[in-house]
Amino acid sequence: MKRLISGLVLSAALSAGVAVGAAQAQDVKLVNVSYDPTRELYRDYSDYFVKFWKDKTGKTVEISNSHGGSGAQVRSVIDGLPADVVTFPLEGDILGIEQKGLINADWKSKFPDASSPYTSTIVFLVRKGNPKAIKDWDDLAKKGTVVITPNPKTSGGARWNYLAAWAYELDRSKGDQKKAQDFVAAIYQNVAVLDSGARGSTNTFVQNKVGDVLIAWENEALLSLKEFGADYEIVVPSVSILAEVKIAIVDKNVDKKGTRELAKAFLDQLYSPEAQKIFARNFYRPGKPEHVDPADLKAFPKVKLVKIDDVFGGWAKAQPTHFDNGGIFDKIYSKN
Amino acid sequence: MARVRFREASIIPGFRLTFGFTIFYLSLIVLIPIVGLYIKTFELDWERFQAIVTGPRFMAALSLSFGASLLAALFNVAIGTVIAWVLVRYRFTGRRLLDAVVDLPFALPTAVAGIALTALYVPQGWFGRFFSPFGITIAYTPIGIWIALVFIGLPFVVRTVQPVLEDFNREVEEAAATLGAPRRTTILRVILPPLIPAILTGFALAFARAVGEYGSVIFIAGNIPRKTEILPLLIVFRLEERDYAAAAAIAAVMLTMSFVILLAINLMQVWSYRRFGNG
Repeated sequence: MKRLISGLVLSAALSAGVAVGAAQAQDVKLVNVSYDPTRELYRDYSDYFVKFWKDKTGKTVEISNSHGGSGAQVRSVIDGLPADVVTFPLEGDILGIEQKGLINADWKSKFPDASSPYTSTIVFLVRKGNPKAIKDWDDLAKKGTVVITPNPKTSGGARWNYLAAWAYELDRSKGDQKKAQDFVAAIYQNVAVLDSGARGSTNTFVQNKVGDVLIAWENEALLSLKEFGADYEIVVPSVSILAEVKIAIVDKNVDKKGTRELAKAFLDQLYSPEAQKIFARNFYRPGKPEHVDPADLKAFPKVKLVKIDDVFGGWAKAQPTHFDNGGIFDKIYSKN
Repeated sequence: MARVRFREASIIPGFRLTFGFTIFYLSLIVLIPIVGLYIKTFELDWERFQAIVTGPRFMAALSLSFGASLLAALFNVAIGTVIAWVLVRYRFTGRRLLDAVVDLPFALPTAVAGIALTALYVPQGWFGRFFSPFGITIAYTPIGIWIALVFIGLPFVVRTVQPVLEDFNREVEEAAATLGAPRRTTILRVILPPLIPAILTGFALAFARAVGEYGSVIFIAGNIPRKTEILPLLIVFRLEERDYAAAAAIAAVMLTMSFVILLAINLMQVWSYRRFGNG
């Protein structure tokens, strides 16, 4: 037993040594934890930022971008993933981290436009020729339409999809919440596959050819069109939701790692003209369109966009009402 | 009354050291996490716990998870035994290759398996297209879940039955033949009985693995509540909601059920050893 204990002590000492060594090498590393479909965007932006930081400080920074369903990503950060910055599809995600004390409560006022450097919205992707003649949200609720959307429990984008459908019916019925719930329930009756993230749903629709319509991020729909243009069409509904993407510094982590300056610069530069161009190229709606070529803005049609703060009373209210355990989304599925 | 001793005296030295290490290691790797899981569950009061583990959605997921796993393990018992038989009893070109292929489900990351199987079995996929004219959909239905579980469970039965079959005493078989037993009787009454403990082990392993499987199933399941939603997915939902106690409660129920089933299989094995075993 004695030998065993001394062995344990030795191995503990060794692993501690390894950890210290690793920490020293990590000085100019930045971890950005993001959501599912932003892989291409942050790859482009990181290339830009590495060059920017080298020109400015002479230092080489290594950026690692982590992607996945935003729910799981939030949990990783709370459970100790050493993220310097988070770039999430909705405010509710950052509120979750804020509640655990990792992000200071004033994060929304730290960056311009309520910490929202770009936005997106929700559109439909349908197969070439639009065989089911899908024009608006009410076509998704019709019997026989097969709908693909990710699971709102695990995907931030899916929550926007759900809220956009709700907002449409609320608008049509002049504010009848009961009708809106039945309408959203009818759409989810038509959902064949609930993938865990937006990219998974795109794959189900595009690669596996399941479903008549994909409710998607505008950026995902435009990206699919770019890659498989001949086979798909985008349908823009009459009403959709303004998906405000949110960014924040993870205060507790940057203070511990001493990377606040770097993290702040990384997020500040999201508002630079170059970054705004990168957003448009990756099919996200830039917050400052004046910096972008008008040709690149043509991809974004004018839509009546409702804001979550106006219709749903903000994320702090929408999340528990609709998506938490026992919320309306769960009720929709416990009825039938 | 004879005093029950902790251990029989053994002529092999090193019992204390190896036994101590076994207990230490099992505690570290297996017992402590599991005990932690149960402790976490006790954060819930009885009413909350009951609400979590009796809801209609939970029950639907429970019967899907255990039902599909049971059917997949049973199927693997039949197919796996045949494969083991072919690999042991016949000599043919490519036998070694086939033998290696059996282990592939072990080596392949389960997510890759799930995505590949889904692509094959969707209505327009290579295999799925042969079923869709008959109105049979495989991907995104319980059948798809079953296929994924059959895939990941196959090696367990083959690899447990194969060595027993290899060690099988040919003379016994020949004796049966000389005593006038027809081939069918030889297989059913001479060859099969000693295989039963190994088959049970293979079944238990394939079943246990299937119940806990998440990575591959999640892609082919469709994940529609009360239709194609498996229990591990419900755990993930509770984790996403950061309701760790509820997640632990579901896991604890799953674990307890699996443990009872595995224990029953173990007891059956002890019985079958006594009944059929050649020891």
